[in-house]
Amino acid sequence: MALIELSGIERRFLLGDTTVHALAELNLQIEAGEYVAVMGPSGSGKSTLLNLLGLLDRPNEGTYRLEGRDVTTLSPDEQATVRSTRIGFVFQSFHLVPRLTAAENIALPMTLAGIPLAERNKRVAQALKDFGLDQRADHKPDQLSGGQRQRVAIARATIMQPALILADEPTGNLDRHTGDEVVNLLEALNATGVTLIVVTHDQGMGARARRQLVMEDGRLKSDSAAADISNLGKISG
Amino acid sequence: MRLTDTLRFARDAATGYPMRTTLSVLAMSIGVAAVVILTALGDGARRYVVGQFSSLGTNLVIVLPGRSGTGGFNPANAITTTPRDLTIDDAGSLRRLPGTRRVAPLAVGTSEINYGGKLREVMVAGSTAEFIPIRNFEIAQGLGLPEEDWNRGSSVAVIGAKIREEMFGANPAIGQIVRVGDRRLRVVGVLKSTGQGLGMNTDELVIVPVSLALAMFNSNTLFRIMIEANSRDAIPSTKEQVMETLKQRHRGEEDVTVITQDAVLATFDKLLGALTLAVAGIAAISLAVAGILVMNVMLVAVTQRTGEIGLLKALGATARTIRFAFLAEAAMLSAVGALVGYLLGQLGAFALRQFFPVFPAYPPDWAVIAGLSTALATGLIFGVMPARRAARLDPVQALMKH
Ligand SMILES: Nc1ncnc2c1ncn2[C@@H]1O[C@H](COP(=O)(O)OP(=O)(O)O)[C@@H](O)[C@H]1O
Ligand SMILES: [Mg+2]
Repeated sequence: MALIELSGIERRFLLGDTTVHALAELNLQIEAGEYVAVMGPSGSGKSTLLNLLGLLDRPNEGTYRLEGRDVTTLSPDEQATVRSTRIGFVFQSFHLVPRLTAAENIALPMTLAGIPLAERNKRVAQALKDFGLDQRADHKPDQLSGGQRQRVAIARATIMQPALILADEPTGNLDRHTGDEVVNLLEALNATGVTLIVVTHDQGMGARARRQLVMEDGRLKSDSAAADISNLGKISG
Repeated sequence: MRLTDTLRFARDAATGYPMRTTLSVLAMSIGVAAVVILTALGDGARRYVVGQFSSLGTNLVIVLPGRSGTGGFNPANAITTTPRDLTIDDAGSLRRLPGTRRVAPLAVGTSEINYGGKLREVMVAGSTAEFIPIRNFEIAQGLGLPEEDWNRGSSVAVIGAKIREEMFGANPAIGQIVRVGDRRLRVVGVLKSTGQGLGMNTDELVIVPVSLALAMFNSNTLFRIMIEANSRDAIPSTKEQVMETLKQRHRGEEDVTVITQDAVLATFDKLLGALTLAVAGIAAISLAVAGILVMNVMLVAVTQRTGEIGLLKALGATARTIRFAFLAEAAMLSAVGALVGYLLGQLGAFALRQFFPVFPAYPPDWAVIAGLSTALATGLIFGVMPARRAARLDPVQALMKH
């Protein structure tokens, strides 16, 4: 059973009186533990795809199965629970709560889920150590560098031990060096079995993923996994 | 999200925007303080008047000459019916009624007092021995009026504290002969100084036997008859008996008015109570205004924190969690505002009492409770709309606003 199964996904937006097909005729399977880069020109539907996978958005048509369950028909509260327990987000602009400390930001998903304070503190302490943030626990986001902020964001995305991490241009606001560090962190997480889907503009970064999806006008233009299979077919045939 | 976490989250959010928070807390506190201070004023006025009225005496039933249909003082009635005189004997007849403890006739007029070449105008009250205890006056020196035949008053006077001071200065007054109008009267007592109250000022009063006063004013009719009933419960029956007795004596005509202190007191009590309520209502309007301000502040908060709301949703917050968080914040703003306002109001009432010690400016409990709960309720009610708006935000759209 694939972790993610998209079939016949359509996502349309109405802009004035023209309909924008942000996603069209999308069929896609992603296995648990995969490392996928989503690439393509601006406006090709990468973010829309990620929002859909993260249950922040619903398709107009088609079904989305996550871990074998049709999640498009779930109620908003049920979707919130799935987001809380199975999915972690990493954003380009970090999205930390400015008035909360690094530790509190990392704990936020657990706070929202109602996990007891003692358990929260234990897990946050471990995360701060894992992500090299022990010295920054009580710092507010505006006292942290870009790289540190994104590390806090990644720590937050993983604190609920999700099955899937969705990162939308996670290095877009970082310089090359810190960007690489962040990618290393994400890849390390993937190495522990977490499925990782990264949207990126960066060819080099995309190439590091084991599978590349290229989007164009809301459609899947190429999928390296599918190419492998067809190549495989040619060789064997 | 746990309750303590929700409250902490709301508190941090509120303190994160000090300007906005201060503003709404201030508005709410002004509203509550207004309720507390204004009702303290209103209720203080009520207590003051009631207190003054009670000091006139206890369980009083008062007879006035002339008839008044509704029990009020209607000048039209006074003109159309020429009242029969209210006489000393009328008063005397009431002494035999079972429910009465004391009876005192009262005649009032002005005259001049003269002693040792000093002359001044005075208020003269003609009455009997029981007048002083009925009115709760106190004797500072000497005695009150003697117990005697009401129609044959002896030539004595009880004088007010200020009269004594002006006429006699440091010299003893008791036993001295003063001239009041055309009478020579012996001073037998001096009243304790009471200062200005709602009733008459006794400091400038001269009390003489009632028959003397009527002769002095060349009159046959009394100004009032004051009756002290045995108890509060005896007041209505006493009133009825008084009316019946006088009606019989006046050949079946109801040409007197009988009022009870209780009724007057109750009227004032009601009137000023209603006034306090009205004032509280007006002050409550400022609470509603404060509630609207809290709503605006929360709407601004939702707009300002749209990105944050999107994030919370992405992190798995349910609509309910977000609604509670924003509602808790609104409730906190109004609760703190209400508390600050309560303290400010109590402080204001305290200051009032310091400046006007005779005025018991205490806010009534009902007003405090109503003010506080109105503040909390408006805060919550006006907080619902922004909270729902926050909870309904589309997460994708919200996340783009950062
Ligand atoms: N909320 C929206 N309303 C209207 N059009 C939208 C909305 N979101 C995305 N789009 C459109 O859908 C297309 C895909 O957008 P997006 O997924 O953000 O692209 P990418 O992330 O690849 O740059 C674009 O043409 C964009 O204008
Ligand atoms: Mg995008």
